[in-house]
Amino acid sequence: MEKTYISFTEEMKKDYTVLIPNMLPMHFELIRRVMKNYGLHAELLQTQGQKIKDTGLKYVHNDTCYPAILVIGQFIDALESGKYDPHKVALILFQTGGGCRASNYINLLRKALAKAGYAYVPVISFSLAGIEDHPGFKLSVPMLHRLMYAIFYADLLMSLRNQCRTYELRKGESEELALAWTERLSKEMKHEKKLSYKRVKENYRLIIKDFKDIPRVEKKCPKVGIVGEIFVKYSPLGNNNLEEFLVSEGAEVVVPGLLDFCLYCLYNYLMDTKLYGIGKAKEPILKLAYKFLLGKQRDLIDIINEDGNFDPPTPFDHTVSLISGYLGIGAKMGEGWLLTAEMLELADKGVPNIVCTQPFGCLPNHICGKGMMKPIKEKNPNINIVAIDYDAGATAVNQENRIKLMLANSK
Amino acid sequence: MTETKKTPYSLGIDIGSTTAKVVLTKNGTVVFEKYERHMSQVRQKTLELLGQIEPYITDNEFTVALSGSAGLGLAEAAGIPFVQEVFATGELVKELCPDTSAVIELGGEDAKIIFFDGGTDERMNGTCAGGTGAFIDQMATLLDVTADEMDELSLKHSKTYPIASRCGVFAKTDIQPLLNQGARKEDVAASIYQAVVNQTIAGLAQGRKIKPKVLFLGGPLYYCQGLRDRFRETLGFSEEDSPCPEYARFAVALGAAIYAARVGHTTTIGNLIDSVNKNINVGTVSGRLPALFDSEEEYREFSERHKRASVKEQNISAYSGNAYLGIDCGSTTTKIVLLSEDKKILYSFYDSNRGNPVEIVKAQLEKIYSLTGDRIKICGSAVTGYGEELIKHAFGVDLGIVETIAHYTAAKYFMPDVDFILDIGGQDIKCFKIKNGAIDSIMLNEACSSGCGSFIETFAKSMGYSIDEFAKRGLFSKAPVNLGSRCTVFMNSSVKQSQRDGATVEDISAGLSVSVVKNAIYKVIRAASASELGEHIVVQGGTFYNDAVLRAFELELSRNVIRPAIAGLMGAYGAALCSMKLEQSSIITPDALKDFSHTSKSTVCRGCTNNCHLTVNIFSGGEKFISGNQCEKGLGITNASEPLPNLHAFKRDYFSSLESRDGARGTIGIPLALGMYELLPLWHTLFSELGFKVVVSDLSTKRTYEKGQFSIPSDTACYPAKIMHGHIEELAEKGVDAIFYPCLTYNIDEKYSDNHYNCPVVAYYSELLNGNMDTLANTKFLYPYLNINNKRELVRELMAYLNENLGSFKRSEISRAVKKAFAKYDEYMSAVKREGESAIDYARAQGKRIMILAGRPYHIDPEIGHGIDKLAASLGFVVVSEDSVYHLAEPARVAVLNQWTYHARLYRAARFAAENADVQLVQLVSFGCGVDAITTDEVRTILESSGKFYTQIKIDEITNLGAVKIRLRSLIGALEQ
Repeated sequence: MEKTYISFTEEMKKDYTVLIPNMLPMHFELIRRVMKNYGLHAELLQTQGQKIKDTGLKYVHNDTCYPAILVIGQFIDALESGKYDPHKVALILFQTGGGCRASNYINLLRKALAKAGYAYVPVISFSLAGIEDHPGFKLSVPMLHRLMYAIFYADLLMSLRNQCRTYELRKGESEELALAWTERLSKEMKHEKKLSYKRVKENYRLIIKDFKDIPRVEKKCPKVGIVGEIFVKYSPLGNNNLEEFLVSEGAEVVVPGLLDFCLYCLYNYLMDTKLYGIGKAKEPILKLAYKFLLGKQRDLIDIINEDGNFDPPTPFDHTVSLISGYLGIGAKMGEGWLLTAEMLELADKGVPNIVCTQPFGCLPNHICGKGMMKPIKEKNPNINIVAIDYDAGATAVNQENRIKLMLANSK
Repeated sequence: MTETKKTPYSLGIDIGSTTAKVVLTKNGTVVFEKYERHMSQVRQKTLELLGQIEPYITDNEFTVALSGSAGLGLAEAAGIPFVQEVFATGELVKELCPDTSAVIELGGEDAKIIFFDGGTDERMNGTCAGGTGAFIDQMATLLDVTADEMDELSLKHSKTYPIASRCGVFAKTDIQPLLNQGARKEDVAASIYQAVVNQTIAGLAQGRKIKPKVLFLGGPLYYCQGLRDRFRETLGFSEEDSPCPEYARFAVALGAAIYAARVGHTTTIGNLIDSVNKNINVGTVSGRLPALFDSEEEYREFSERHKRASVKEQNISAYSGNAYLGIDCGSTTTKIVLLSEDKKILYSFYDSNRGNPVEIVKAQLEKIYSLTGDRIKICGSAVTGYGEELIKHAFGVDLGIVETIAHYTAAKYFMPDVDFILDIGGQDIKCFKIKNGAIDSIMLNEACSSGCGSFIETFAKSMGYSIDEFAKRGLFSKAPVNLGSRCTVFMNSSVKQSQRDGATVEDISAGLSVSVVKNAIYKVIRAASASELGEHIVVQGGTFYNDAVLRAFELELSRNVIRPAIAGLMGAYGAALCSMKLEQSSIITPDALKDFSHTSKSTVCRGCTNNCHLTVNIFSGGEKFISGNQCEKGLGITNASEPLPNLHAFKRDYFSSLESRDGARGTIGIPLALGMYELLPLWHTLFSELGFKVVVSDLSTKRTYEKGQFSIPSDTACYPAKIMHGHIEELAEKGVDAIFYPCLTYNIDEKYSDNHYNCPVVAYYSELLNGNMDTLANTKFLYPYLNINNKRELVRELMAYLNENLGSFKRSEISRAVKKAFAKYDEYMSAVKREGESAIDYARAQGKRIMILAGRPYHIDPEIGHGIDKLAASLGFVVVSEDSVYHLAEPARVAVLNQWTYHARLYRAARFAAENADVQLVQLVSFGCGVDAITTDEVRTILESSGKFYTQIKIDEITNLGAVKIRLRSLIGALEQ
């Protein structure tokens, strides 16, 4: 097939700045640093504000999902900001593929770039499927290894920060600690030739200890879980700083980690084989990878439990088991069954208050989000879910008012 | 402020989106209450109401709490405890009326339902369905009555029309044409309420049964008897079942007072006024837009520049000779122009329809005749706009002109080298590019962008301003608010946000202008820069009388444009110009006009299963005009000539003619919806071969939708999905043993696209049905995940699934059934292609136009497609579908991931249209189809790259075909140039 995109070349790697959209602040910061260790001048976009939406609306079909409008808007806004030489910039987009329209983000981004006069800006598709050819951006095994631990680390940091944040005596301390650890971990990964798992586990323990030492008040706060479409679930840009809002309302925020999503993607490949007989050749190795990650998650859970001060993540195989009776495991577009499973997972671990976030008109969420509320409520009468739509035209006051209603009823 | 002291007094303040309510209680008894509109002056109104309380409370301490969406910001700023309004209502009802089963509360913006029995569940409407009270206000404005008058009218209704209940914008799109077609205001008023009822029940109860006793709360329900009636009739409740208590308007405020007493935050009125006062001007101006004008000077230059674009006028009393009449009967306004022989304006008229354009035109004709006397002879007349046919029939107007042509004719006269025209009227936004003296492409707004123009006006009125005054105020706003551009429902709710942030009327007015302009540029035109439009841009339509809109447009494009002084009259002016080719007019004579009378009645056409709601207009002399029909049958015309080939009809017939035989193994119900509109032959054959009697649900009607609408959990899903609920209900009623609709992640692989997915909704809707439809608790529902691209694999899957769920099956019989099933599917697909080819041959032999009415397979459903195929056929098109012609072109190159089977066909069909001069493509897009946000741009690119017109029709529950007709006629008009 004819190549229709611009490759990111070895040459470009020398002096190009690679921009990363702000989807998962903590995870992407760590990932950025890992990339930097491998010679990429990566920068995580921290821009906020109305201008991003406006730029997105200008260059993307307005009925496209909100995350596309934001991601593309943030990129073009950065190119137009004058802060960078557009001829020395590349963009990176994380792709999972699948039947959701989100698989088209990269194409929509390229179309928008052309429309805005930046057709020459290379876009790197970061995908484990690795369909595109970008010689300047090759995922080597040691790099992948580090990226994997970056996800584990960031999930842990995010979770502990959330568990401390609402109770900290000095405002901002948890966040600062998480950031300090992000820096320390990335430095460490750079200097160590070989990443020792023993060291990783040691780090888990040190991180837990540090968070434990943050002076906190004892108070009873409602726990509020956040689930939803991956971008609006995690990105403060996408969800109008939802986590911060919940904390300011006195809630403890519980956000399932990114590892769940990665495992979900892997699991779907296995299900394609099981349900449809597709991809039999790759099955053994994917199965191995799944088991491998599951084991790593188990280790992390054990270490958190060993300390006993914090809530660990739910083992993924348990999360999977929760959806039986609600939704088929084959519903795999977008966040698919994982969305339903995460609501059940939260309820299962005593977090009955949930904000289910979705971009306005999100197709998979009709089914796996809003479509599952009724059965979830029927079988878990104690649950308290509010579905919030995010959109360029949706108002924060409407969203906050609904969240306040959920909080007023919180358990 | 001091806290936690015992006091008998408690104050509840509820500031909603449109009204402010205060209630002062002493030992639980109301001492003072007040309900007033705040006209967006949230803080000022609060202060005013607090001032009124002062005499009742004097220096006594009291507890206080604030509630309401617009009160959120004030509570924060003034340090008053805040209680969420639905929560406050719930607390109140638990205390005052503990035997209540559910509460329905409608406010200005939000609708809420609270269920009490079986665990309290408090719900608010979704984003899309915003604006209940505000919607009723706007509709009253549309009918040119007050909200009270509308209520009275509704009580005298004799029928209700189906009106889209998704949101205010869609409802308005249905209502506007009804008015223009002469429907009775009484019936329209009741229909408006019915739309609110349907929206509330479907959108909020979502399948949970509403049982008595229900409390009706909130302003709209308190004031509108007609609205309560509609609710009661729909729910089947008596007045005792569903009281609307005296405190209905104050429920939230009262709840807040109770909450206040519980929290115990005390203050005195002086302190409270102080703390509100202190914060009165604390508005955040972050995220605001730049001012429209930086100085008076700039505005003066702007005004001077636009003054130059004027038209010559002539005093009618000084003129004698021939004259030409143009009428533009638009969605909200009627415009009339009388031209002299040398194209000077003798007379012009521009005003609101007041919900009855016939009366307006009649009065104007009387006036014109009194002015023309015997000196002036009207030699030609033409009418354009929504009311074209009605007015044409009523007054014997000579010509009916397509809107686009009328507007272009006027603009061209005004500016011969015009290459881009943007017209923003009350309801529609129309843009056309002109190339080589002909219309090159047309862009019309889709349903969601409707009503932007008239929205500013109705909004101005709701805030107590005339449109002129409101526009003027916007010009000098220092910091216009950003209200988004999705649709007027979203804009309306953004206003609420801006109120919280302390925005002024000036800022809101300017902000609305910018929003309307952005909607036109980024949603309708889809342009990112001025260069994509043209060199010589003419803007027109009544909305451009608003200088703020004009300025916002120039700023957004960074380019000066021309606004003719008669911007609002351009349609009428163009129509008059078109009529100048005539010599003798058939328009009603002054004598006949004296006796002119007009009555209208409504009826339902029984010509076919569509059951179109017709409005029959009868004029003096017995002339009749029928509207609301989707085909000729409603007009009493039986098809004399042979009908044109219509692939949509062919496919429908094919599905209806699939024969079922009795089966020993029982009955299997298959819903004819979504993907079944293609795979039915396959599954039908499979189950028949396995020994089942297959029962297929009927083609949809409105009733199908209504039957299932109460179990729909996500109101923003597409109509084709939502109608599925009705099909399931129907099958369950028929008493089938099991219902089958499989989950198909992957659709048929036609081996030329990047992948072959179904969209998430088609793929997994069964999961949603299973989770939300109580009916399915009593009927076996089969929705296995299957692979239909590998027969052996499918046999394996069916073997496991069927043996587990339906009985005992041998591999050999499943294998044989699968084989036959695919043979039938292939036969069907080939038949469609063959029929497509022969339709094209027929059209070419007979010299007919060919239209690919393209969408998804399920768009052929009569209720989903609203009979647009028949309408197109009645306009002379041979109608083919995308799946009947896509094989006639090579796969299209697209700039996106081509990963859905249906959409890959769409691109290929577009390529076929692009390659064939006599083929047009019209794309049907269902509201909420996220995937089409991607396909529409691509299809448009494919068509326009070879100089073709791109026409998109967004469809949903909306039944009125007025807007569709205009789109198709615009296409014909442009083709005929």
